[in-house]
Amino acid sequence: MLYLLVLLACVVVTLPLELVLGVRVYRRPLRLLLTLAPVFVVFVGWDALAIHAGQWSYHRLTGVHIGDVPLEELLFFLVIPTCAVLTLEAVRRTKPSWRIDEDADG
Amino acid sequence: MSYTAAVAVGVAGALVLDLLVLRTRLVVRRAFWTAYAICLLFQLLVNGVLTGRGLVTYAPRTIAGVRLAYAPVEDLAFGFSLVLQTLAWWVWWGRRARQARTSPGTATDPRRAVPTRTRRSSTP
Repeated sequence: MLYLLVLLACVVVTLPLELVLGVRVYRRPLRLLLTLAPVFVVFVGWDALAIHAGQWSYHRLTGVHIGDVPLEELLFFLVIPTCAVLTLEAVRRTKPSWRIDEDADG
Repeated sequence: MSYTAAVAVGVAGALVLDLLVLRTRLVVRRAFWTAYAICLLFQLLVNGVLTGRGLVTYAPRTIAGVRLAYAPVEDLAFGFSLVLQTLAWWVWWGRRARQARTSPGTATDPRRAVPTRTRRSSTP
């Protein structure tokens, strides 16, 4: 349960960025989904290989797996990238002059 | 392949994605490094809980052995690769959506390209 609680905390702590600061990440669901998809495939694949090779292992999780990969890890690779996007958009919102794309509007 | 070698590949792959494949060039942007620094602080916290409480354990043979906030130092590179790949895709999809909005016509109609050029030259 602790792992799930940590992930929940990540979602809750970053929620004000969307709701208060208005970074409009959750409000652009298609772009978020298209961003998460390739990252999810790459990192869950990496995770599965590492678990299979015995590089790391997990303890005291819910026990729900898909293949070798625990549910918590699948959620991790959705939650953490979403938090990263929220963080970038919060920085851009706070510092509009810090452009990240030559012909970007925002 | 050890975890140490795997994260080297992971970081290289993320840099290739950012600089060559998607050409988002986030690693030369202050906004990216500021966001990454914030992510890094929270990573140390989250990773510290997951490894410090023994939820995730690493085979000693696969890591170099240096630890930071309980987690192997390789996790920093893993996190960097994760954040950079994510943000590169996010910015790339944003750019595509913007281009789809401002064109069709940017490539064929030179007048449509003028505002873009003006904007670009006005930014440092």
